[in-house]
Amino acid sequence: MAAALPGSRGPARPSPRRPLGLAPTGVLVLGAIYTLFPVSWVVVASTKSEGELFSTSTFAPGTGLLSNLADLFAYRDGVFWLWLLNTLLYAGGGAVLSTAVSTISGYTLAKYSFPGRGLIFNLLIGGILVPSVVLAIPQYLLFSKAGLAGTYWSVLLPQILHPYSIYLARIYSQAAVPGSLLEAGRLDGAGEWRLFQRVALPLLTPGMVTIFLFQFVAIWNNFLLPFIMLGDDQRFPLTVGLYTLLAAGAGQPSLYNLIITGTMLSLIPLIALFLTMQRYWRTDLSGGAVKS
Amino acid sequence: MRSTKTGARAGRAGHAGRAGAVPYLFLAPAMALFTLFMALPIGYTIYLSLRRTRVSGLGLGKGARTEVFAGLANYAAAVGDGELWAGWLRVLGYGALVLALMLGLALVFALMLDTAHVRLARLTRISIFLPYAVPGVAATLMWGFLYLPSLSPLGEHSFLSADLVTFSMANVAVWGGTGFNMLVLYTNLRAVPREYYEAARIDGASELGIALRIKIPILVPSITLTTVFSVIATVQVFTEPTTLRPLTNTISSTWSPLMKVYRDAFVTGDLYSAAATSIVIAGISLVLSFGFLRVVKNHAFGES
Repeated sequence: MAAALPGSRGPARPSPRRPLGLAPTGVLVLGAIYTLFPVSWVVVASTKSEGELFSTSTFAPGTGLLSNLADLFAYRDGVFWLWLLNTLLYAGGGAVLSTAVSTISGYTLAKYSFPGRGLIFNLLIGGILVPSVVLAIPQYLLFSKAGLAGTYWSVLLPQILHPYSIYLARIYSQAAVPGSLLEAGRLDGAGEWRLFQRVALPLLTPGMVTIFLFQFVAIWNNFLLPFIMLGDDQRFPLTVGLYTLLAAGAGQPSLYNLIITGTMLSLIPLIALFLTMQRYWRTDLSGGAVKS
Repeated sequence: MRSTKTGARAGRAGHAGRAGAVPYLFLAPAMALFTLFMALPIGYTIYLSLRRTRVSGLGLGKGARTEVFAGLANYAAAVGDGELWAGWLRVLGYGALVLALMLGLALVFALMLDTAHVRLARLTRISIFLPYAVPGVAATLMWGFLYLPSLSPLGEHSFLSADLVTFSMANVAVWGGTGFNMLVLYTNLRAVPREYYEAARIDGASELGIALRIKIPILVPSITLTTVFSVIATVQVFTEPTTLRPLTNTISSTWSPLMKVYRDAFVTGDLYSAAATSIVIAGISLVLSFGFLRVVKNHAFGES
């Protein structure tokens, strides 16, 4: 960084010698090694048999992957599969509903002016600041009163409203749906619902994919709510299932293989989604259409 | 409610449509969900926090236990609870560690990704963001096993001993949270016109100088927001200590305030004190995040 002498300015001077970028690259590579380390460990460890897990060197692949998988799928009559399906149901169903509600709410808040708009926006967005604990326990009690605690609904319904998604949908609608297009539609006599459906929705689709992904991951990763709501392990999502597996198996090294293999398998769907949907993982939607 | 006359007129004037009841209909699902799953539970928690059970006689039989108004007694108990304060202290130390490391690393990585001649940017960016796709439970399990002396390639350290357990837990949170925050900051940096930096380079500024004097000031508002969200999340830490607990005896069932709320509500069965404690937690996290916003606002947003 020797080129950075203060005072060495002047229009005649060409831009400083181009640095090689070794330091930033080095820092980023170290960061990547840190993040990939536990993931690669769990992948290797899941291939080891019970004996190999404690005896062979850490990153030497073992021979037990197939028997680990067989053991995991046999565990309590294949409850692991059920956890996986439940998680897909909660995350998939919840994210679809959440995206629908967030999109129409964000669109309405961005494209209409009406009395109470500011108040409604603040109420919906203020939810970001409400700690989940203030919600999860009374939600459980209220679901119990309605006789719905422990059902699929008790995990699905509370996760549909997502303040941050509404906020994203509003920003995205402002950027991606031109008001003139809506005006033109109105002049042609189109109803408001039809305008939303035919004009706005196609323009909003890329942003909706982003909202869907974030919400899918949030529900997939959620532990507190299903942990509080559910008692029957037939309805558990993976997070709660893996936790109970650990709580049952922490004292028995013979169950470690199951837990490690289960953890490894639980990573695959999300990482796959993550890698295939690269261009939709954006935290800022104000730029309008998603660039490919 | 709907006046077709104003609707038609507004439809031609103004850039934002005005269509009578339509916006309210479109917002009805969100408002219904808000009422049922936010307003009602919050109200119910406040209600419960002001109640207690009165036991008459031996507390046996129907009608022996009745719910009565308790005033602020539950709050007094929550504020005076030494166990809860010990939890707050632990979470404070843990939170300071997580916030400093996670946001510090996120900032460094974002700045490095944004330097002019960095290699492997795409690969490293994806790798560092990857833990975002790993559930907290799975992350804690992976690190938890890596902390076990019998399995760990990290050597025979007692990562889960009373001295180190806070650091070990913070590491899990830093590992899981850095990538998302990095992406938020990096996205903001990408939106800055490149000409800003070119002008500074022509003036002889180094990459480091550009980062310190141009990029970080630009990032202050987003650093503020990510800090507020991280504070809210950290104050409620629950998943990591709960998942790590089966592997060690150094984490009590009341390690964090939220774990105490869970225990009070579902193990001890004292809903009223759990409700009061959760309101206290909510209050503290609101005070912390608004306090922080206020402090930063005076510095960062004063000029703009």
